[in-house]
Amino acid sequence: MASHEAHIREPLILGQKDYHQVTEDITYPIAGKANKYWWMAFTVSFITMLWGVGCLTYTVGTGIGVWGLNKTVGWAWDITNFVWWIGIGHAGTLISAVLLLFRQKWRMSINRSAEAMTIFAVICAALFPVFHMGRVWLAYWVLPLPNQFGSLWVNFNSPLLWDVFAISTYFTVSLVFWYLGLVPDFATVRDKFARMGKPLQQKIYNVLSFGWSGSARQWHRFEELSLVLAGLSTPLVLSVHTIVSMDFATSVIPGWHTTIFPPYFVAGAIFSGFAMVLTLMLIARKTLNLEHYITVNHVESMNKIIILTGSIVGVAYLTELFISWYSGVEYEQYAFLNRFSGPYWWAYWSMMTCNVITPQLFWIKKIRRNFTATFIISIFVNIGMWFERFVIIVTSLHRDYLPSSWVMFHPTFIDIGIFVGTIGIFFTLFLLFCRTFPVIAMAELKSILKSSGDKYKK
Amino acid sequence: MSNKVIYGLFDDEEILLKSAKDMVSKGVRIKDVFSPFPIHGIDPVIGVPRTRLAIMSFIYGAIGLSLAWLMMWYMNISDWPLDIGGKPSQAFYMNLTAFIPVSFEMTVFCAAHGMALTYLIVNSLYPGQQPHNPDNRTTDDKFMVQINTADNKKTAEEIKSMLSSTGAIEITEKEA
Repeated sequence: MASHEAHIREPLILGQKDYHQVTEDITYPIAGKANKYWWMAFTVSFITMLWGVGCLTYTVGTGIGVWGLNKTVGWAWDITNFVWWIGIGHAGTLISAVLLLFRQKWRMSINRSAEAMTIFAVICAALFPVFHMGRVWLAYWVLPLPNQFGSLWVNFNSPLLWDVFAISTYFTVSLVFWYLGLVPDFATVRDKFARMGKPLQQKIYNVLSFGWSGSARQWHRFEELSLVLAGLSTPLVLSVHTIVSMDFATSVIPGWHTTIFPPYFVAGAIFSGFAMVLTLMLIARKTLNLEHYITVNHVESMNKIIILTGSIVGVAYLTELFISWYSGVEYEQYAFLNRFSGPYWWAYWSMMTCNVITPQLFWIKKIRRNFTATFIISIFVNIGMWFERFVIIVTSLHRDYLPSSWVMFHPTFIDIGIFVGTIGIFFTLFLLFCRTFPVIAMAELKSILKSSGDKYKK
Repeated sequence: MSNKVIYGLFDDEEILLKSAKDMVSKGVRIKDVFSPFPIHGIDPVIGVPRTRLAIMSFIYGAIGLSLAWLMMWYMNISDWPLDIGGKPSQAFYMNLTAFIPVSFEMTVFCAAHGMALTYLIVNSLYPGQQPHNPDNRTTDDKFMVQINTADNKKTAEEIKSMLSSTGAIEITEKEA
């Protein structure tokens, strides 16, 4: 069992780790005290989150009029942020499900935190459509319940309703997949606290671990469950962004009404999600001392996926331009002419630079194996993908069919506050996760230690 | 014969697997194995039957799909057909293409959650459940074999000597 892996493959776990050392390293942030960097990051994130909550409260108290939307641009930052966050979430599922089916062992160091990222990103995403409803307390109207006024039902022909089903399925299934994977690791934490003689923590983690004991029968079912859930999550993750893209593609707005949208959105989602995973992982490996687990090898693998998906996104941009010209539809042609040379030219070219040009630097091996360069490029991609959604949404809407309705969109203080606030929510949740949950799937990592750890791989 | 439980502790899963194979070939019945991660190849040795969770998942998925179709047919075709832009929802098959996304999502929803709940029930995992791994090091770096003398013809002493000769680092005995 020790060496079923080619010797020329780089080890995935460095630092001469054995099973016990893996447990010690991964439970260290949970059992120990937080360092000052954690507290600094947490304070900043928490204040940002409070700011966002304040802006949301003001929105609910006063009305949607406090956002920068107008009659022509009825969707702008809210939906941009929604699609951006949902897209970020996709990398987590891709890493844990698709890479599991492809038997990519390098996923094991990052899948736990990437899945956590998925869940937190979907929470942030869901806030936007919910608050855009205005009367948040009536949000349950999206569920298939008979309406108060009679027997009127939700409309299953509407892509917005498909979204309700897609996002809620995606969120709950990701949560279950993540949590059931955590159960054996919670048991490890529980037993570590038992050995440390801390009964309170032991009790808490026992509740979280559902009383896992790690018997052969439990593991047998665990592996079957992981495999089937991965098989279900793979088409699920593709369907979610497909359905999100159909919110646009099924409308008759120039620039939106295109069949390329589903694959284009899915590739973009994975692209932006991997960028966010890299941003988070590069911070986490430093602050949580995970340098031996998240290595340059992992970063390089993720960067390769960024090149692939970034290039798909680039091809999609060019295809859109070509098809708008080739279609001969003057509305389509104008929509794209307006995108790259109209009043929002700066947004379009920011998107092009960040999404198409910067990731191509990863073709150079030195750059793709460099932490600083990767971190900077990952930030560029995060920004670029936000602009992509902004460009698609606002440039298509702000030039209506009637030139008298032509306007510009200006975000208000509140729009910006809510967006920044969701970043605060995301990081607050992620930092809490880092301190209380095992950030690396210990059980899975131990199962590959002999084939991929540098201690055993000779 | 007295009823005893014997635990053999190993510090490597390969040694445990070899030891288990050896003992089973000599007619010892192993009750269970506790490990910090799945030991591949142990299931057939100690006689863990193949789980039917995947089949259950398929059945839950089929139920989900049926529920989705029933719901959409009742709400949008039977009870209150909508007429949008002069295009009424007249029959289920005419609307089927628009119903694909929700059908798919409901299938996945029921298959995944049904399977997860079944998994928790058959593994008897729930908040408040007490763990029954005999040694708390088995979730860290140790591997443990559990043998009940009641299942075996061999005496406790024979089993213990077999365990120690095949590489167990600690052997403990308990009255069942």
